[in-house]
Amino acid sequence: MRDVAIIGVGLTKFGELWDVSFRQMMMEAGARAIEDAGIDGKQIDAMYIGNMSSGQFIRQEHISSIVADHAGLVPIPSTRVEGACASGGLALRQAVIAVASGIHDIIVAGGIEKMTDVLTGQATGALATAADQEWEVFVGATFPGLYALMARRHMYEFGTTEEQMAMVAVKNHHNACFNTCAQYKTEITVEDVLKSPPVTSPIKLLDCSPITDGAACVILAPAEKARKFTDTPIMVAGTGQASDTIALHGRSSLTSLRATIEAARTAYKIAGVKPDDIDLVEVHDCFTIAEIMAIEDLGFCKKGEGGKMTEQGETVIGGRIPVNTSGGLKGKGHPVGATGIAQAVEIVQQLRGEAGKRQSDGAEIGLTHNVGGSGGTAVVHVLRRGD
Amino acid sequence: MAVPRFWREIPNRYNLVGARCGNCNKVLFPPRYICPHCRRMGKLEPYRLKRRGKVLTYTVVHAAANGFEDQAPYVLAIVELEDGPRLTAQVTDCNTDEIKIGDEVEIVFRRMGEDGQDGVIYYGFKARRV
Repeated sequence: MRDVAIIGVGLTKFGELWDVSFRQMMMEAGARAIEDAGIDGKQIDAMYIGNMSSGQFIRQEHISSIVADHAGLVPIPSTRVEGACASGGLALRQAVIAVASGIHDIIVAGGIEKMTDVLTGQATGALATAADQEWEVFVGATFPGLYALMARRHMYEFGTTEEQMAMVAVKNHHNACFNTCAQYKTEITVEDVLKSPPVTSPIKLLDCSPITDGAACVILAPAEKARKFTDTPIMVAGTGQASDTIALHGRSSLTSLRATIEAARTAYKIAGVKPDDIDLVEVHDCFTIAEIMAIEDLGFCKKGEGGKMTEQGETVIGGRIPVNTSGGLKGKGHPVGATGIAQAVEIVQQLRGEAGKRQSDGAEIGLTHNVGGSGGTAVVHVLRRGD
Repeated sequence: MAVPRFWREIPNRYNLVGARCGNCNKVLFPPRYICPHCRRMGKLEPYRLKRRGKVLTYTVVHAAANGFEDQAPYVLAIVELEDGPRLTAQVTDCNTDEIKIGDEVEIVFRRMGEDGQDGVIYYGFKARRV
């Protein structure tokens, strides 16, 4: 297997982009990544596009063809990858595997979701199809509902508080203020979160990531060729993916995601690193409790201490391990299929030292963590500065 | 949604019928077609579960799922049944401030909703505190 490097990244603005279409967003992110990599479109061998639900959001399937077509890149192979909100992370992993295997050299890994061409109820209904339709959604479960079931149990078992969860949202909104692509560039307070309308107790509106339009793109190349394109290649040091039951009630633990633990174990092993070696992370904070569980499951603190770790300021920029410097799903926005790729974009910019006011100084190794559904899929990548 | 989708789950949803594996004796619910523990060695037979269980975790749903708007706010819980399996269910006949982890419940037959104005009325189970 060959070593794989990221040589270019691109991101659209995230938000409610009424005036921008699916096609336009994907071309914008792709063009930025290609420009950043300093390659010509003719050099691209294949593409993998993460997208959860274009069929439900814009009534258009077969977007793999649309993307290749509009990029002017037919006839190269183009493949859509779906794993609910982990679609982007899975597309990145498929692209990494394809380069590592030697079957392709230069690959585009993209991610996209156009979520605001339907009404909010239709969008949340579409997202709910990532849960078990027959045995969760049928009885009245929603996504915030499933994460609330985890949050309530986490509070019961470990004493995690609503204030600690609120601190995740406060931090991620703060970080997003320094990210020009972010959906919410507004500071909020713990009190704002606690007083926001209840969604599914103990989860309140400001504990939730928003509905977002956005696209993201990275360009991959074999490590041995990466220096031809860039002075700052970022190595994909490890990749891991794991599955779990579709329904939350099918799992023995309601307070950790086994898929996260297993995906991280594989990624750490391949990269030859431990949690202590990681300088910063982008985790899947679809709800604030999800970030608390993620930092535990990824091994940055003991199980049950994610709330305390957040409260003690260890996850802020400049803290022991900065979490979601981009603003995360909460502050930057969560265009579901794009999120996994956007996480990689952030880590690449950080490792290159190009993150501006949100830069985490001296970062050499970063990690991305992308979750599908309530944890039925998780994918983890370890990225490292190429030396 | 097509009627058969509701119709074929009737035994499971109305009568809490899951499966028991004749090889490992584990009880499975919601229904499965392969025992996840024994896989091809498994011997699944229909099994009607006991209706008692206890609440492992819960939430009060204010922003209702599509089709449940008229029921909000409602309590949703994960219940561990006496036979072992866990399921997600609404807790019925319960004020939103009454529920707590560890509450004993029984699974009861209830109307769940309807598939639009012209579609079927569908039924299933909810949990009720005992």
